[in-house]
Amino acid sequence: MNIEIRNGRVIDPKNGVDRSISLFIAEGRVAALGEAPTGFAAGSIVDAAGCVVCPGLVDLGARLNSIQAELAAAVAGGVTSVVVPPDAVPPLDEPELADRLIHRAKEIGKARVLPLGALTVGLQGERLAELAGLRKAGCIAFSQAKVPVVDTEALLRAMEYAATFGFSVWLQPQDYWLSRNGIAHEGEVASRLGLAGIPVAAETIAIATILQLVRDTGCRVHLTRLSSAAGVVLVGAARDEGLPVTCDIGVHHLLLTEDDIGFFDPHARFCPPLRAQSDCQALSRAAATGLAAICSDHTPVGADDKLLPFGEAKPGATGLEVLLPLTLKWAAAAGVSLPAALDRITSAPAEVLGLASGQLTVGSVADVCIFDPHATWQLTAEALKSRGKNSPWTGCMMTGKVKATLVAGRVVYEG
Amino acid sequence: MHNPQLNRTGELIHLLSIDGLPQPVITQILDTAASFMEVSVRDVKKVPLLRGKSVFNLFFENSTRTRTTFEIAAKRLSADVINLDINRSSTAKGETLLDTIDNLCAMHANLFVVRHASSGAPYLIAEHLQRIGRDDVHVINAGDGRHAHPTQGLLDMYTIRHYKKDFARLRVAIVGDILHSRVARSDIQALTALGVPEVRAIGPETLLPKHLDKLGVQVFHDMNEGLRDCDVIIMLRLQNERMAGVLLPSAGEYFRHYGLTPQKLALARPDAIVMHPGPMNRGIEIHSAVADGPQAVILPQVTFGIAVRMAVMSIVAGN
Amino acid sequence: MPPLPSPLPDAEIQCRQLADLIRPHLHRRPALIGIFSGGAWIAERLKALLGLPENIGLIDVSFYRDDFAAKGLHPQVKPTVIPFDIEGRHLILVDDVLYTGRTTRAALNELFDYGRPASVALAVLADRGGRELPIGPAYCVWEVTLSAGESLELSRLDDGRLAWRLANA
Repeated sequence: MNIEIRNGRVIDPKNGVDRSISLFIAEGRVAALGEAPTGFAAGSIVDAAGCVVCPGLVDLGARLNSIQAELAAAVAGGVTSVVVPPDAVPPLDEPELADRLIHRAKEIGKARVLPLGALTVGLQGERLAELAGLRKAGCIAFSQAKVPVVDTEALLRAMEYAATFGFSVWLQPQDYWLSRNGIAHEGEVASRLGLAGIPVAAETIAIATILQLVRDTGCRVHLTRLSSAAGVVLVGAARDEGLPVTCDIGVHHLLLTEDDIGFFDPHARFCPPLRAQSDCQALSRAAATGLAAICSDHTPVGADDKLLPFGEAKPGATGLEVLLPLTLKWAAAAGVSLPAALDRITSAPAEVLGLASGQLTVGSVADVCIFDPHATWQLTAEALKSRGKNSPWTGCMMTGKVKATLVAGRVVYEG
Repeated sequence: MHNPQLNRTGELIHLLSIDGLPQPVITQILDTAASFMEVSVRDVKKVPLLRGKSVFNLFFENSTRTRTTFEIAAKRLSADVINLDINRSSTAKGETLLDTIDNLCAMHANLFVVRHASSGAPYLIAEHLQRIGRDDVHVINAGDGRHAHPTQGLLDMYTIRHYKKDFARLRVAIVGDILHSRVARSDIQALTALGVPEVRAIGPETLLPKHLDKLGVQVFHDMNEGLRDCDVIIMLRLQNERMAGVLLPSAGEYFRHYGLTPQKLALARPDAIVMHPGPMNRGIEIHSAVADGPQAVILPQVTFGIAVRMAVMSIVAGN
Repeated sequence: MPPLPSPLPDAEIQCRQLADLIRPHLHRRPALIGIFSGGAWIAERLKALLGLPENIGLIDVSFYRDDFAAKGLHPQVKPTVIPFDIEGRHLILVDDVLYTGRTTRAALNELFDYGRPASVALAVLADRGGRELPIGPAYCVWEVTLSAGESLELSRLDDGRLAWRLANA
């Protein structure tokens, strides 16, 4: 169906477009911006007055516990491509599991699913998973999710093997020994509240180890969910050195710190932990300068697993439906322009993935997000489509509401 | 952020931590405890304040000592006491903490005395009670993880006030494993709230939390330096798990550097008092000569503890 | 009962009058127990006026009041001190104003947790009526009616003299 989206402010960060023009879609692709292509007859006209029209969001980390609800949540949040970590139950270490996931997502027909395959069998960090087979089944890269590989030699060999095929490895930099007993950032708040701490060294030691292995193997690595100022410095230096390294930051870490733990609020328990104000500021600068992409790290957790004493609660928060409003909130506070902010959740993640998504270039697949940047809504359990209602923002007003989401030129969500 | 321990008019409804308690509230508790002291020396060691009320001792972490003192205190207030020892290593097995609370509320509990291995557990309970509208049920924290042991902090302050009268001139040293100690955190909060000008922490780097200076504490690694001219010395118990591992090499080396011997005690003021929350490890953190000596006030601490717990229960139950 | 006179009567004179009422009964060796704070001051006066050798007892009824559920614990509780053995003694319980009788009941309950006295007599400066319990004074100097919302309070002036104050409840 031919669609014209008119009256909206079209922002395409990849191509530096920020204009009030019409967007024309034909055969599931972007046909033109501004003037209708010759012979174009719109089957449907979408009025995007007061709204921003941008590429569909590309989320570098979202868990799909109950896939139907979570993919519906994704498009409700304007997310058209979701990278799924391999830490579901069972872990995604067999090609057949990847097949099934991709097939199921196609059936549901909402957001695209880009699975990460497990780097090692069962994520145990001992035996290599069948990386080539997983790739063939559709895995876009390989990851250990949040499970550190303890055996450095095993990590070296895994990266060597991945490099053989030119595969990318995604790792959350977290030293196993320094983080295994901790539940919060080793800082003032943990000292005062008596919470076992995870020092910044747990992240920097892991980053340093991984970077050295990158130098030795040439393997491309994406570092997920940075949490510290010192970590950002190391990644910046690695980029300057020309190492094939990229990174992302969870959107909650751009806005929250250890202080948000308050009176032991389990909704403020994250992995990696929320760190100090100075870390938050450094992460914000890293996202502002484009060193890091932004993702949701969507982790749905049921009340039974969240309403527990801090140290027993499962870490993580719902993210797919708040990625956009929280990114806008961060951008406003950090003085980052709207196009730059949108870049971090569209074209920048697409670049990490090496995919052609996250852009409105003529000819590209029409994954589009239409949102009202001024509309407010209250974050309540009822307002969320995700099964994960766990959020430190429950009851708060969010600014930025998705009006419509299109995947391959088809409307998959209308708000 | 609204402190869940206080109601809208600033009265104490739960005792979760000394952190955030206004100094007048702390003083009120100490003054009330003074009145309860004499109840314990009468023939009929009871007052009818909590008659008909049910106090549930919910101990998720074993402690016969603490549980017994709370039981005695509750009974001296004429309350009915029910003891629940819930040993669990994971909430995945059986009822969640909040389900347990709901069930006990349905049995008309009025006051929960809670000891839990996870820092923050009593806050979860207090917030839950507020959410379900049970403002007639009160929570007293009998120790949560490493975070707080507020009744111990209060009885330690009562002890200091009893022997030293004026907080404004004191040097107080806390010695030992402060990193893992909820007693130490509560003592530090109470001492700073009551205006003690010098609070010192003495221990090896591995047993002290980072950022102690932000809590108003001076850090000493040399016990001889740290004890100099102190008026009060609070010795902490060194738990077995800490000895002979990556935090400490041995009990022997610990005692040589951080054990309180008569020689080290002599560096403090001659009228300095020695305190210990108990139970003591003689020969590991404290020499028997000191524990049994004239400066030790460890047994009076226990007596004061009952009066302080009676005071806390009476105050929260009435608000 | 007669209404409130103006000016208010001299509390020191009333203490002397109260002592005169008690003096004929000293052969029973009564022990004085004053209820904080007004009763405690009056009991001090009585000890001096009657020439009693024994220290007076001081009682705080906060732990025995019947309004704990409604009002909570009083913010300033003072310790009860009874420096003699209650067992078998004749006691004179001293208070400033007798009203509903609930304070007296609380004091009696508390005293009986110390032992079994031979008898307890109540001595008050003022009886304002309005009794809610079957309690009466053995010794009373002044009967008076107050309006709703008024209350009589005994206070100690800077020079140590006791004086009445009228307050709005």
